[in-house]
Order: sequence, then C-alpha cells, then structure tokens
Amino acid sequence: MQALYSQLVAGISLGSILLLAALGLALTFGQMGVINMAHGEFIMAGSYTAFVTQRVIADAGISLLLAIPLGFLVGGLMGVLLEATLIRRMYHRPLDTLLVTWGVSLILQQAARDIFGAPNVDVRAPSWLSGSVNIGITQVPAARLFILMLAAAAVAGLSLVLKATPLGRRIRGVVQNRDLAETVGISTRSTDRLTFFIGSGLAGIAGVALTLLGSTGPTLGTSYIVDAFLVVVVGGIGQIKGSVIAAFGLGLLQATFEYSTTASIAKVMVFVVIVVFLQIRPQGIFSVRTRSLA
Amino acid sequence: MNARRTRKRLLGAVAVVMVAGLVSTGCGSRVGASGPGSSSGRSCVDTSGNSVKIGFLNSLSGTMAISEKTVHDSLLLAADQINSSGGVLGKQLQIISEDGASEPTTFAEKAGKLISSDCVAAVFGGWTSASRKAMLPVFEGANSLLFYPVQYEGLEASPNIFYTGATTNQQIVPALDYLKQKGVKSLFLVGSDYVFPRTANKEIKAYANANGIEIKGEEYAPLGYTDFSTIVNKVKAAGAGAVFNTLNGDSNVAFFKEYRNAGLSPATMPVVSVSIAEEEIGGIGLDNVVGQLTAWNYYQTIDSPRNAAFVQAFKTKYGQNRVTSDPMEAAYTSLFLWKEMVGKAKSFKADDIRKAADGVSYDAPEGKVTVNGENHHIAKTALIGKVGPDGLIHAEWSSGAPIQPDPFLKTYGWAKGLTG
Repeated sequence: MQALYSQLVAGISLGSILLLAALGLALTFGQMGVINMAHGEFIMAGSYTAFVTQRVIADAGISLLLAIPLGFLVGGLMGVLLEATLIRRMYHRPLDTLLVTWGVSLILQQAARDIFGAPNVDVRAPSWLSGSVNIGITQVPAARLFILMLAAAAVAGLSLVLKATPLGRRIRGVVQNRDLAETVGISTRSTDRLTFFIGSGLAGIAGVALTLLGSTGPTLGTSYIVDAFLVVVVGGIGQIKGSVIAAFGLGLLQATFEYSTTASIAKVMVFVVIVVFLQIRPQGIFSVRTRSLA
Repeated sequence: MNARRTRKRLLGAVAVVMVAGLVSTGCGSRVGASGPGSSSGRSCVDTSGNSVKIGFLNSLSGTMAISEKTVHDSLLLAADQINSSGGVLGKQLQIISEDGASEPTTFAEKAGKLISSDCVAAVFGGWTSASRKAMLPVFEGANSLLFYPVQYEGLEASPNIFYTGATTNQQIVPALDYLKQKGVKSLFLVGSDYVFPRTANKEIKAYANANGIEIKGEEYAPLGYTDFSTIVNKVKAAGAGAVFNTLNGDSNVAFFKEYRNAGLSPATMPVVSVSIAEEEIGGIGLDNVVGQLTAWNYYQTIDSPRNAAFVQAFKTKYGQNRVTSDPMEAAYTSLFLWKEMVGKAKSFKADDIRKAADGVSYDAPEGKVTVNGENHHIAKTALIGKVGPDGLIHAEWSSGAPIQPDPFLKTYGWAKGLTG
C-alpha cells in the first residue's frame, strides 16, 4: 500500500514536470505548428537564469522566486528573437524549420558551454524546499510539491490568458483560421510574435523549476525535448487540456511500469503505448475542429 | 504550389547526396587507416626536424565535453612542462588537437586523420568505453599508439593502447574490500544502462556471491535519465547496507538530489560512486553529496610535494577555482610515461616503445606508477575517499602499495567464468 502511494506521487510529480516542460510547446507547436527544436535550450536558459540570479542574490529562497519571472522574460525574449530572425521566414516549411531550429539548439548549447563552462553548475535549493512533507501515509519531497503547484499555476495562468483576454481571443482566432483572422483586421504577425514570447517564456519557467531536481548544464534541454513533443502529440495539437491529461497520463504510466520493471524497459513500454494509441487516435486526445482549408 | 513541391524534392535529393557523401568519406578514412598496407614500416611520423607531432583527441563539444575538456586541459599542461624542460629526445612537442564530439564514430575518424594525415607519433585521449572500442581497430590497423586515461570495466588489453586509468581490480574490487571490512552485509546496485555499469555489476555480484554479501537490488537508468523518484523509492524500500553507484554523467545530479530529498543520508546508507570526481561535486551540489564515498586512485588532497606542485601548476595555468581529478591526473601522467618510454627506447616508433614499456615508471602526483609491459596497464594505489565539507575528496582508506593491474581478473578465484 505504501509503495502504491509513493508510486502514485512519483507519477503525478513526473507528470507535472512533463507538463511544465511541454506547456510552452503546446502553444508554439500545438497552436502555431512550429517545430521548434530549440525549445529545450529555452528551458536551459531558464535554468541558467536561476543560476545567475542566485549568484547575484545569495538568499536561495528569494532568488528562486525572483528567477521565475526573470526566467519567463529571458526565455520569452530568446523566443521572440528566434521568431523574428528565422522562424518568421519559414512558416509552412516544417522540415526547414526543424533543421534550422535544431542548428540553433546546437549553437545555444555550445554558447552556454563557452559562457558558463563545460561542467554543470549547482543551483542551491532554499531550505524550505529540501526535505519532505507528510501527506497521508506517504512522504512527498517538498521540491516536487513546489513544481506541481508551479505547473498548476502556469496552466491556470495560460488558460486565463487564452480564454479571457483580448490577446487570447486573437491567438485563438489566428490558430483556428489564419486567413479569416487576417481579413477581419487582426495582425497575425504581432500575434504570432506574442504567442511565441509566451510559449518560450513558459520554457524558461520550466528551466527554473528543473534546477530543483536535476543538473544545470548545457545539455539540460535535450533530456526533456523529446518527452515534451510526445506530450503535445499525444494530447492533441492545439489543445492545452489535452497536454495536461497527456502529461499526467504519461507520468503515471512511466512510474507504474518503472516500479514493476526497470527504467529502460519502462521507457520502451511507454513508447509502445504511445505508438498504439496514435494508431487508434492519430489526432491525439483532443483535436480542434476548424473550417479552415489549410 | 508546384514550385514548392519541386523545391522540396530538390531539398530531399540534396540531403541524400550529403548523407551519402558523409558515409563514404567516413568509411574511406577508416579503411585507409586500418588497411593491411599500413604497417609500422610505412609509418609517416616525421622525426627529422627539431619537433615531433602528437595528437590530443578529446570531446570538446557534446555531452561528454563536461568531463573531457578537463582532461584536455591537463594534457596541455603536461605538454607545456615537457617542452619547457627540453622536450622529448631533444625535440619539442607540437600538439594537434581534435574534437571527438562525444561520438564514437567521430573518435575513430579523427584518430585515423591524426595518424595518417597529421602523422602524429602517439595519440592521447578518449573517455567512454564506446569511444575507446571504436578507436581500437584504427590504432591496431595502423600500428600506432593510444594513451587512454580513464578508469574502465577491464577485460581488454590491446597491444596498441596504454591504459593509464584504473582497471577493475584497482578501483571496484578495493571499494568492495573496504565495504566488507566496514561490515556492510548487503548492497543495492544503481547504474547507467550501458557497457561499463553492466560489466562492473557482473563483477560486483560475483564478488558478493563469494563473500556472503547480499545484493538487495539492481537498477539501471538510461544515460542522461533525470527522474530518479522510482529508483530511490526502490532503494529506500530495500534497505541495503550501502549503495554501489555506477551512474555516469548528469544522472548523478538528479540521483543525489532525489536521494537527499527522500531522507536518505550517508550515515544510514552510504553511496559508493566510481564516476564522481572533484570536478563533478560542484555541479551535483556539495550539500547533496557531502559525506558520501568515492573510489579512485588520485585525489587533489593527496599530501605530497609532487602533487602540491601539480595542483599549483594547474591552478596557475587555468585559475585558482579549478580542481584536479583522477582522470586529469591519469592523462597528465600518461604524457610523462610516454616521454619516459620514448627516452628508454630512444625511438618514436610504436614497436620500439612497446618493447621498452615494461617497467617504465614515473613519479606521478598519485605516487609512483609502473607500466606493466604484458597488459599495458599501470600499477596504481587504490584510495577510498569521502567528500568533505570543503568540496574536495579526502582519502579514508588506501591499499598501501600500488596494485598490479589484472584487467581479466585472473588472480581472483571468484571471477572465474566472468572472463570467459
């Protein structure tokens, strides 16, 4: 029973990490259709933002809380820069975008290595986030609880922006029918740029959170980018709620399989489940019905 | 629409041609380097001038750059010191550096380039066992020499490779002896899922079997794996006396953070690691590993004038905040060992060096090391260390004298059947 609970917690926690890493991608890949391989490097940039913030402000607690908005800003600005210089020229050319952004991802990794050095750096966790919290009969590491709450806040914030603000309405309008949106006077250019800013900014927040769990190094992003794409593909293009369900589903599956087999086998089994699922439902859990011709 | 489709097809064709080109050049260089025609007699090493070329082959980019860059730094330091003290046989060393890019195939390709187009006298480098295994046929085919500076899983002895890191009986076996001596009755094995941890754990299980130590569990995580909550749950539930950790690279960070968050500590269940050196401690976070154990043959804290001079020279060249570690020291030592071998053979030829190698010794920062001419490994002293609050590793236990290398574990009864 104890094992069941701790695995349930492990699965939910893994799900929240996947969700945080994939949320920005759900926006840029899911809504705009841009395959951005450099998304992982925006996550890495967020992690290094947390590192630099801690170098400036020694207090681990304050610097972490401050790093979250800063990470959003750094990730977002990098995203806008990439969008304005390269991706803008390549809408509707998915293969070229994939190759170009992959190249950008390699450049960013090497840049991080040159700026911060090849060895990993350490971001200290504040004292209130080390150790565990007792919930029911099981213990939950405080850092994982914090990430779960951060993921929930990010989802809530993003849904709010999409549902209730003029910007959100414009984004949804452009996603559902780009030509019609343009005809009624929405600037698709600036909407694209803002969407990209938010999506990349969310990657920056994910990067700040990940410093609590793993290593902060130049290759940090590469370990999450594939899982993030899987979450978006399984969840269904263009739907935030799909990504939420997919992230927790995959997290729980991984934790369950890993407990009964090994980490490597569990990964294989999760992939098999995804392949079978996509055979039955190629459009993912949810899909947007649109009248657009594209 | 039509235009776009044509363009796309063109792009595809270009990609195919490029890939084909890459593949054929890759094969070409390797065939050339390992072809039957390239025997030692045909060596293109030029020793007529007042300098001689040697090659450094480390990953300066990619996932292994974090570790291999430091090895490259200490090789450059050794070359500087040798050059400023008169060179090798009166010739200055001319360094050709190549980037292995963390890809075994790139290592093989660049090794071929260093040997047959740069005509280097010897190559120093490599880190992962995969990179060494990829380079081995290149060096054997061209009859050139590779100096490999990292501890590895043993069960290999190429006439064209000198292994200056530890083999299993100089690192893993002493670590197990130490745990047994401390009264540890059960072990949990955690490792990355590739050749080194799996081979090492096979040896650990054979040892445990013969020494009455219970193996409570064995878990592997894919390289680069970052979520250890399930594995740490299993470790916690199993309640072993100690954990033997053969994880490699970034996974260590996630593992140790999770281990500490789950409330496990070195006092209740110590972790013995064989891939964490001084360089990695900063990245894992000192708080997460303080008090844990490591098994190596060198630590920066070794108290000897020779080591003090090495550490001082390294910090002067690269900065006071840099640290020295076992693979760095083994790489530094490998260049000096090669110099001693060349001096004894009075020749830069691989065959002559091989003949002269047996018994060549060098007063290294780790202590005196001696080359074993039969298996090309070196006798080293084993040291079990504990991570101190200062971020350095302090030796807790020493094997006392250098241990003779035994890569095939022939002298250990319990290892029968492992080596086939």
